[in-house]
Amino acid sequence: MSFLTETLAWLVDPANWVGAGGIPTRLAQHLLFTLVTLLVAALIAVPIGFLIGHTGRGRGLAVALSGAFRAIPTLGLLTLVGLWVGIGLNAPYVALTVLAIPPILAGAYTGFEAIDRKIIDAARAVGMSEAQIVQKVELPLGLPLLIGGFRSATLQVVATATLAAYIADFGLGRYLFEGLRIRDYGEMLGGSILVILLAIVSEGVFALVQKLVVPRGVTAGLPTDIRDGSSRSRPVMEPTIKEGNSHVHSK
Amino acid sequence: MIEFHSVTKRFPDGTLAVDDFSLILPSHKTTVFVGTSGSGKTTLLRMINRMVDPTSGSIEIDGADIATLEPVKLRRGIGYVMQNSGLLPHRRVIDNVATVPMLRGMPKKKARDEALQLLDTVGLDRSLANRYPSQLSGGQQQRVGVARGLAVNPNILLMDEPFGAVDPIVRAELQQELLRLQQELGKTVVFVTHDIDEAFLLGDRVVILRTGGKVAQVGSPADILANPIDEFVATFVGADRGKRALHVENYGDGDVVVDETGRLAGVLVGERSTAASPAAGAVSAGTVSASEKSKAGLRAPGASAQGGDSQ
Amino acid sequence: MTWVWSNLDLIWDRTFDHLILSVPSIILSFIIALPFGWLAHRYRASRAVILTTVGLLYAIPSLPLFIVLPFIVGTSIRSPLNLIIALTLYGVALMVRVVADGLGSVDRDVQQSATAVGFSGWTSFWQVELPLAGPVLLAGLRVVAVSTVSLATVGAVIGAPSLGSLFTDGFQRGIQAEIIAGTLATVLLALALDAILVLIGRVLMPWTRRSAVGGASRPGAVAREVST
Repeated sequence: MSFLTETLAWLVDPANWVGAGGIPTRLAQHLLFTLVTLLVAALIAVPIGFLIGHTGRGRGLAVALSGAFRAIPTLGLLTLVGLWVGIGLNAPYVALTVLAIPPILAGAYTGFEAIDRKIIDAARAVGMSEAQIVQKVELPLGLPLLIGGFRSATLQVVATATLAAYIADFGLGRYLFEGLRIRDYGEMLGGSILVILLAIVSEGVFALVQKLVVPRGVTAGLPTDIRDGSSRSRPVMEPTIKEGNSHVHSK
Repeated sequence: MIEFHSVTKRFPDGTLAVDDFSLILPSHKTTVFVGTSGSGKTTLLRMINRMVDPTSGSIEIDGADIATLEPVKLRRGIGYVMQNSGLLPHRRVIDNVATVPMLRGMPKKKARDEALQLLDTVGLDRSLANRYPSQLSGGQQQRVGVARGLAVNPNILLMDEPFGAVDPIVRAELQQELLRLQQELGKTVVFVTHDIDEAFLLGDRVVILRTGGKVAQVGSPADILANPIDEFVATFVGADRGKRALHVENYGDGDVVVDETGRLAGVLVGERSTAASPAAGAVSAGTVSASEKSKAGLRAPGASAQGGDSQ
Repeated sequence: MTWVWSNLDLIWDRTFDHLILSVPSIILSFIIALPFGWLAHRYRASRAVILTTVGLLYAIPSLPLFIVLPFIVGTSIRSPLNLIIALTLYGVALMVRVVADGLGSVDRDVQQSATAVGFSGWTSFWQVELPLAGPVLLAGLRVVAVSTVSLATVGAVIGAPSLGSLFTDGFQRGIQAEIIAGTLATVLLALALDAILVLIGRVLMPWTRRSAVGGASRPGAVAREVST
């Protein structure tokens, strides 16, 4: 119980809400870092993923690579890049961008792949150009899985950014390491709770977005299978086609 | 007019899908490619809108070599209907029909108005316009597919086993609907099927293909039934099994039409002994699957007469 | 390289520590996930609750969990037990969904014919559904194994020894070779456990061997699906 009161005390202590080491600053760092990392990773992974998904080429390589990346321990990558680039923010940026690429890539190409080939074939047969097929068919229909890729990548980055405080002085992870070092239970627990909340909120937001981007045409009229109606669909896991945003493309 | 000149298609994996195929498809008529799987019928169809390019030979539409045309533009001028409709699942029925006109730059409003009229044309209620494809029955989806194929008012309509995935009753309905449409519109229809009965029903000209995209026989349904060129064609159209050889048997007050295996094919109504004449559209659908049989009777005077004689 | 040769003992010790953390976690997560996965598969109401819960559980970042957990279950932060519990939770979070999906993938006709020839619910589960879901379960378990081995390294930053200790030690003392060796050892360990699982799968599910191609493509597919 004393841990709980210590944690609460730390969380509500006004001193922890101001200044360079304050919660708002650290949270902003954490968020900004996550955003930038995802953006850079997306700039690299999305076009490549679309290319793989549209052409069907290079898929084997992409699968093998993302499999290999799963096996690489994030802490190993972080510390290694940290030694190479030096202490500071650069190392986490590099390491986390690398880690965020595979899930986004997988989301991009599985989204395209999950689309019934007949639909694409018909789109081509009625006279859509390749660019139009990507834009009007594959993108909206593949969007939920792409968002799913971002969801996985975001989880990964938020978590690993916490870990990255081990090699750089930034983000909410600092509270965890500092608390551990000086045995301040309030700080380490308070920091942990903040990180967990952040992760769960981002998870919730993505779950919502993913639902929103499934167009009505696909959900409507489907047999009500409990399998597809699961409240939390880890996106990249869905075998069925879940499709893109009707209001995005109907413009 | 669509002309195939010595067209050959060999796929990268080595399969010879079409072998030195030459044929002229007349305008405003329905030509049906019929054959088993591996006969190259779909490949032939898909070459017309350059979904597949021939390995050698050329295809001309109204005298223009399509190899010189831009594929995307070519496709936008040709209607295409496929099995399982191929509709975009994330777009409403109306927008699916309006897709191609809008790709060609027609304003949305106009495209939608025309799409609504097309729904009438293919016999779909306008109330379905705002549904998504997944909310329609298989038969309705195929009708939307046909409407989409007609949306740019093309001269040519390509149909790749369009009724292959619907149940027999709906299929018969859609076939009649297509006959009606064709009578009104007079498009150059190229139709692919593996069902010989469907081919004989819909085709002005039927092209029977054997494996490897070789023509076995070309002709009107009556020609082919009356004079199958060889064993293969005879087997394919079922003449050898007596499937087409109908004869009339008298049962008290009525006459029934019986095929050579002894199965009842229908009831003869109206004037007797004219079963073979066009007036015998009167062979009614009295028994199971009689509509097919009666069609055979209608279109194949030779076969029926032969059966009648045997009585 | 010289660092590796002169520190083989250390690497071996840390590998052993790592095994102590990961192997029990992998086994436990499989065992615990079975009933929950079955519940999620069997009852619509429990499905939503269970899958949402494991989804949220999986969303919790590892480091905070390692820190918070001891205060909930009463272990000490650095004890292997703390890490084993945390790693098991992650394994369960992944595996429950796989079990539910795996059981769902069993052909309905097969299930019904099993019932028709007289299997009771319980025997049908053990003798029909579970074996038939086997390939999917195996694929999921392989993902769990690989990610558990990778996650276990994180414990090093809170002082729980594992191959991850080579990262923290190498980083603090500036020895690149130590970090690289640790990374390689972790990857190799993951591959080794993965290979063992594949072997076990072959022994337990001889009927899947015939289709080597199909069998090989499956783990890939599921691995992609649960990629994190």
